[in-house]
Amino acid sequence: MKARNFRYIRPASLTHAYRILADAGGDAVPVAGGQSLLAGLNMRLSAPKLLVDIGNLKELSGQSQSNGVVRLGALTRHSDLLRSDLVGKHLPLLIQAAPHIGHVAIRNRGTLGGSLAYADPAAELPACTVAMEATLILGSIAGEREVKAEDFFKGLFETDLRPGELIVAVKVPATPSGISVGFAELSRRHGDFALVGLAAVVAMQRDRIDKARLVYFGCADRAKVAKTISAAIAGLAVPLPDTSSFQAVIHQDLSPDDTPGLRADTRLHMATVLTRRVLNSLSERAAA
Amino acid sequence: MTERHRIGDEDVAIEATLNGKPLKRHVKARQHLADFLRQELELTGTHLGCEHGICGACTILIDGHTARGCLTLAAQISGKSVDTIEGLSESGKLAELQKEFIARNAAQCGFCSSGMLLTAYELISSGETVSRAEIREVLSGNLCRCTGYHAIVDAVEAVSAKSAKASKGGRS
Repeated sequence: MKARNFRYIRPASLTHAYRILADAGGDAVPVAGGQSLLAGLNMRLSAPKLLVDIGNLKELSGQSQSNGVVRLGALTRHSDLLRSDLVGKHLPLLIQAAPHIGHVAIRNRGTLGGSLAYADPAAELPACTVAMEATLILGSIAGEREVKAEDFFKGLFETDLRPGELIVAVKVPATPSGISVGFAELSRRHGDFALVGLAAVVAMQRDRIDKARLVYFGCADRAKVAKTISAAIAGLAVPLPDTSSFQAVIHQDLSPDDTPGLRADTRLHMATVLTRRVLNSLSERAAA
Repeated sequence: MTERHRIGDEDVAIEATLNGKPLKRHVKARQHLADFLRQELELTGTHLGCEHGICGACTILIDGHTARGCLTLAAQISGKSVDTIEGLSESGKLAELQKEFIARNAAQCGFCSSGMLLTAYELISSGETVSRAEIREVLSGNLCRCTGYHAIVDAVEAVSAKSAKASKGGRS
């Protein structure tokens, strides 16, 4: 199908973009990579009156680091994550996650800010930012404000973004050397949206899980810390012999729906298997 | 809203490079790049399958990297360099891949071939040897409904092995 009509503006600066967004109220949508937005427009799932192309704004580009915090501009493309030395050195979770985002052609265009603003509950990056305790910098004509990733995602495709506001950058604390990270997802075809996925940031004491921060995607309404499961596995030694330590509580954090071809309980079973798989991969990595 | 400002009616000016030549046009705001190439410029080698980013038939190169023609607005290519199957065929950059595709009947109905070739081109242009698993993973974003994947992977593997050998030979 084809998108409905809309107007298109290419602002020359971030301030210009803020002014256009403020003037348009709720009728305007920023577009950068457009890899989710344009698919939705083509299928007429949404019909904004105005697209504001922020894809070339220098103020939103680039990656930098200071005081142990990596700042990723909102226009950081998924393929940039894999090419960036800063990400490679300090944010190993993103290096594990990025190859799972769509396909190469999608990763070449799609952006970090776009993925977070779209807040698809099956997407990789919202879960990663929550697991890594990232902070989002949101900007509008009124100025900038900071929101923690775990407070940013409000529900299904719902975020803390206000009308006229856009994501400027994401600040991510560099992962300390003593922290292990794990990432895995199950999908029908590589590059498809995850049926179940897990981003894990875990403090280990030798082979024991000291403190875990598990964030699932594809089986909850939004990216959030799975507090009950994370608590249930604290103190356990990996590799885990089975899933008995957390299997009984997994439904307390996850709330998948029945979907055509995949029942909710099947999805919970997949999440259980994936959890053990990711946690056990931490011990292999620690040993390596 | 006045008649003059009806939504989507106004054109957007773009200045880009298409297949190595300068392109200066006015495009409709809502027209995606694949439709623009096919309908306005009659470059019909870029195919349209699903129009929502799944099938990869509309793959083109933007600044040397593959992108979905259906998930890019024509208006968004301003200031960028776009290459299509036509340009890359004429310049001979795809010749090796095309030869290996033909040798194995890897282009059956041909619908997915332009997307497959461009995706493979980006992969092998690094000059490094790529494994069969890597080729399969990268091509997973392009659907072939003749399901002739095996021959396609074979063709890409053959070119990759040849170009890696050539670049190694050049260094020694």
